[in-house]
Amino acid sequence: MSVLIDRRTRLLVQGITGREGTFHARQAAAYGTTVVGGVTPGKGGTTHEGWPVFNTVADCVRETGANASVIFVPPAGAADAILEAADAGVPLVVCITEGIPVLDMMRVFAAIRGGRTRVIGPNCPGLITAGEAKAGIIPGHICRKGRVGIVSKSGTLTYEAIHQLTRNGLGQTTCIGIGGDPLIGTSFIDALSLFAADPETEAVVMIGEIGGNAEQDAAVWIREHFTKPVVGFIAGQTAPPGRRMGHAGAIIAGGKGTAAEKMAALEQGGVRVVKSPADIGAATKDVLGA
Amino acid sequence: MKIHEYQAKAILARYGVPVPQGEVVLDADGARAAAEKLGAGTVVVKAQIHAGGRGKGGGVKVVKGSQEARAAAEKMIGMDLVTYQTGPRGQKVQRVLVEQGLRIARELYLGLVLDRTTERPVMMVSSEGGVEIEKVAEEHPDRIFKAFIHPAIGLSAYQTRQLAFALGLEGAQIGQASKLMTAIYDAFKGTDASLVEINPLIVTEDGNLLALDAKMNFDDNALYRHPDIKEMRDFAEEDPLEIDASKFSLNYIKLDGTIGCMVNGAGLAMATMDIIKLAGGEPANFLDVGGGANAEQIKNAFRILMADTAVRAVLINIFGGILRCDVLAEGVIAAVKELGVPVPIVIRMEGTNVEKGKEMLRESGLNFTTADDMNEAAQKVVALGK
Repeated sequence: MSVLIDRRTRLLVQGITGREGTFHARQAAAYGTTVVGGVTPGKGGTTHEGWPVFNTVADCVRETGANASVIFVPPAGAADAILEAADAGVPLVVCITEGIPVLDMMRVFAAIRGGRTRVIGPNCPGLITAGEAKAGIIPGHICRKGRVGIVSKSGTLTYEAIHQLTRNGLGQTTCIGIGGDPLIGTSFIDALSLFAADPETEAVVMIGEIGGNAEQDAAVWIREHFTKPVVGFIAGQTAPPGRRMGHAGAIIAGGKGTAAEKMAALEQGGVRVVKSPADIGAATKDVLGA
Repeated sequence: MKIHEYQAKAILARYGVPVPQGEVVLDADGARAAAEKLGAGTVVVKAQIHAGGRGKGGGVKVVKGSQEARAAAEKMIGMDLVTYQTGPRGQKVQRVLVEQGLRIARELYLGLVLDRTTERPVMMVSSEGGVEIEKVAEEHPDRIFKAFIHPAIGLSAYQTRQLAFALGLEGAQIGQASKLMTAIYDAFKGTDASLVEINPLIVTEDGNLLALDAKMNFDDNALYRHPDIKEMRDFAEEDPLEIDASKFSLNYIKLDGTIGCMVNGAGLAMATMDIIKLAGGEPANFLDVGGGANAEQIKNAFRILMADTAVRAVLINIFGGILRCDVLAEGVIAAVKELGVPVPIVIRMEGTNVEKGKEMLRESGLNFTTADDMNEAAQKVVALGK
């Protein structure tokens, strides 16, 4: 078991003929993911690297039975790509694209919330179920099948956490990069509820960062609903206020959204908070009594 | 992206928001001429810098007549204006806005931002204008009123009326406020703004509403479709090293410490700053070279890092996913050979092609210190930077 993505996933790639789309479609297939085809408007009917290419997501779903999509479409067209996938009834849409205008994402979410499509991202590394399948750019070779779920706003910091869990012999179930934009499809709470229902996930590593209050909301939810141990880290303890630290959402605004505030909230929620990013693996081992 | 008050007022005026009459000028004589055009009664001279809190630092002067306007501008232009937002060095004033003086009956507040939780723009108003909204939120949360705006429907007339009545406006002011609020939402939407703030929004003694001050920030991701706004960027307001970095798609923010760091990915870059601090050092910068950096970008990153003379040691922390460790090593070796980096360098790398990268560093003949994990790397770089 795992969450969201596994051997049964039939993945389509939006933007498959682009450089990124091509590279990561190959990587996903090499990891064992069933990649069924891709979409590039205007190139329908051709094949690319052996995969059929379609003009529309609806065509691709009808012909291939795709049940998940990963998006490598440039920012100006990415919001539209998400809407197209949702309209075609794709239940899982993973948007890797960085740099989508936030008001575009606001309109996307206004349109699709409450429907059957779950969006991961945008501006995220995607997700991977260790030893089974991946949608996105998380390197497969650092993962080992194991006991811990990861949910994170970051990309490479997630790789760091994966690496530490692997080195500590714990391994991972599913790692979900939810992205660092102000508006994202899947929140910490959404991911945690999925992990709650997954019997193979024994503990969760949660990686947040400065900006917004998603971590504080998650802390309250964890205290009330989540029974598995959680290890938390918040990046940006030394970040200055008012400066956007790379991610569009990573900014301390009006004295709110600081790391200290988030760490205190998580501790109150019963989360084992580590100050040092180097301690994620060891702390997880500890909370599991392993 | 941030812009100046005079630019924000010009944009808002275009959408139908009433603003005071005025003109931006670059020198004292220009200020005198502008004041004369306004009829040379009471005028306000306002320093145009991006930071807030200008009034307390001497950046806003109410004066009588064109001679006084000239004198005020003379003092202001060229001064390093220090406010609580500029830091101790202040920000050089390049231009001033000369505006008509108005008789103020009430100072209100109006702000518009995107609310992450509801995923909707929220318009906030308060009867407590002229002070920071964060302070009002803390001390008098009951004096802040909000309207959440449905993206498909927009700001409804009833919502503007609710806000206007909550502010205690009456009579013809209700209609004026409705129009003003709708115009502000249109401007927000039409320019991909991330913030519009009118503080204060005033009611004049003769009962009219005007945006006495205006602040607008924009979503960097949407600037590609607003070339006119992109043009408004004022490079003089930004750190030269940060501008240099942005030309190479590097995300660099200068800080006050002595340990330079170079990292791939924003989250890992922040986490690296954090662990430097935990090890007893102070980070000199945030630097994210991105997921797919090439050798050329690595070289430029090094150059920018070393242009900060406070840097006493450098920590490179790379988790290679798409960015391969051998590409990183190649870039670092080339940069050090070409630039002759005079401070110790600690390298921690992990991930794709790590063994090959480490071998290249060893065989380069250069004096790198390597570390196997983040903790060891931070301890070593702080010790070397002492």
